[in-house]
Amino acid sequence: MLTPEEWEALRLSARVALWATAVCIPAGTFVGWLLARRHFRGKFLVEALVQLPMVLPPVVPGYALLLLLGARGPIGHWLEATFGIVLAFTWKGAVVASAVMAFPLLVQPVRVAFRMIDTRLEQAATTLGATPWNAFVTVALPLALPGVLAGAVLCFSRSLGEFGATMAFVGNIPGETRTLPLAIYSFMQLPDGEAAAMRLALLSIALAVVALAVSHWMTRRAERRLGYLDHQVPRA
Amino acid sequence: MPSGASVTSIIKSRVLSFDLIFRRGDFHLHAAAKIESGATGICGPSGCGKSTLLALIAGLLRPDAGVLSFRGETLVETSRRVFVPAWLRHFALVFQDGQLFPHLSVKDNLLYGYRCRSSDDRRFDLTQVLDLLEIGPLVGRRPGQLSGGERQRVALGRALLYSPRMLLLDEPLASLDERLKQQILPFLKRVKDETGIPMLYVSHTHSEVEFLADRTLRLEEGRLVA
Repeated sequence: MLTPEEWEALRLSARVALWATAVCIPAGTFVGWLLARRHFRGKFLVEALVQLPMVLPPVVPGYALLLLLGARGPIGHWLEATFGIVLAFTWKGAVVASAVMAFPLLVQPVRVAFRMIDTRLEQAATTLGATPWNAFVTVALPLALPGVLAGAVLCFSRSLGEFGATMAFVGNIPGETRTLPLAIYSFMQLPDGEAAAMRLALLSIALAVVALAVSHWMTRRAERRLGYLDHQVPRA
Repeated sequence: MPSGASVTSIIKSRVLSFDLIFRRGDFHLHAAAKIESGATGICGPSGCGKSTLLALIAGLLRPDAGVLSFRGETLVETSRRVFVPAWLRHFALVFQDGQLFPHLSVKDNLLYGYRCRSSDDRRFDLTQVLDLLEIGPLVGRRPGQLSGGERQRVALGRALLYSPRMLLLDEPLASLDERLKQQILPFLKRVKDETGIPMLYVSHTHSEVEFLADRTLRLEEGRLVA
């Protein structure tokens, strides 16, 4: 059904999106918790920085990544000199671009989830001998899990669709950085590429629908497991 | 001159002593007392700072100034920057609405504090507490499937299984109607009589406190009076 070239784009997209999601989950959970629970100087700046990729044209964060993490950028140069890691024009760079663009979509539901949890539950845990870290791991985190799962699926879907920042930072190299959206774009440029572009477009739609269905199912499951749906009439 | 024996008995019976100052905006609390073993009630109208006082004793809030000690062990001394955090004080706090963990079964709720204690420090086991509070049939349920009265008994059981050095009760019956209150009060009395754990009981209902407490303090406009 798909040509080897199209399969390659699909596999690459899946790999980039999975890595981007894996990187975003711990970082996004921490930042979501921080924004929901802590008050500190400069909180507004952290909030703005997290949200910025959502409101900027995607090519702008991509360009910023190229300036910072490119071969001649300050961080990119240091990464290559110290660890031998090259991000620009590699699939790892595509992961970074996707992660930056998808991060706000993960942080938002996580933040709402932590805000919904009564802080007295964690207080109750500490008066029962749990350290704050223990209380976080055994009480707050499991209760925020539906939000983390919903955010992770949004993050994964957004990563699959990343185009502008990826194009600007890592280009459109077949087999290395040509993910699904870039492959669709490339086929659209070819005189005989219309059928391939259509196949990949339909595939993208199918993937998005599956991701939303999985998200819905996982959130429901987590909520039920956490007892959110136990609304039985209490007996005296 | 009191004899040596009676001096020791006074020191022994004095469990908790504190002199604490706490301010937040217009709210000003200055409470000082020496609490003896048995049950002590603290009464006062809503908003007088009862819950704040318990939170200060539990270690959930830091006072602006003051001292707090338990059986001679200093837990707070602001002038020396001593502050023992809540999880090292071993005072269990029972909240007005129970604050059971909604994602855990009743059994796992009961064993939460128990598992945080080393086996040498555990004074009760699960079956003892289930019998004492008559909550055996509830262990397989979720907190969402409990009535208000059942929830408070489970919250009390969870606090007991932590084997606390002191039990702090913050209006544990306030969310229940009169009939349920009358059902739960005997359990509280049973806990007091059978475990001997010192209790600090906060309520705005004088009758509850009188039924349970050996002595009562009043908190008025941020100050404790005997």
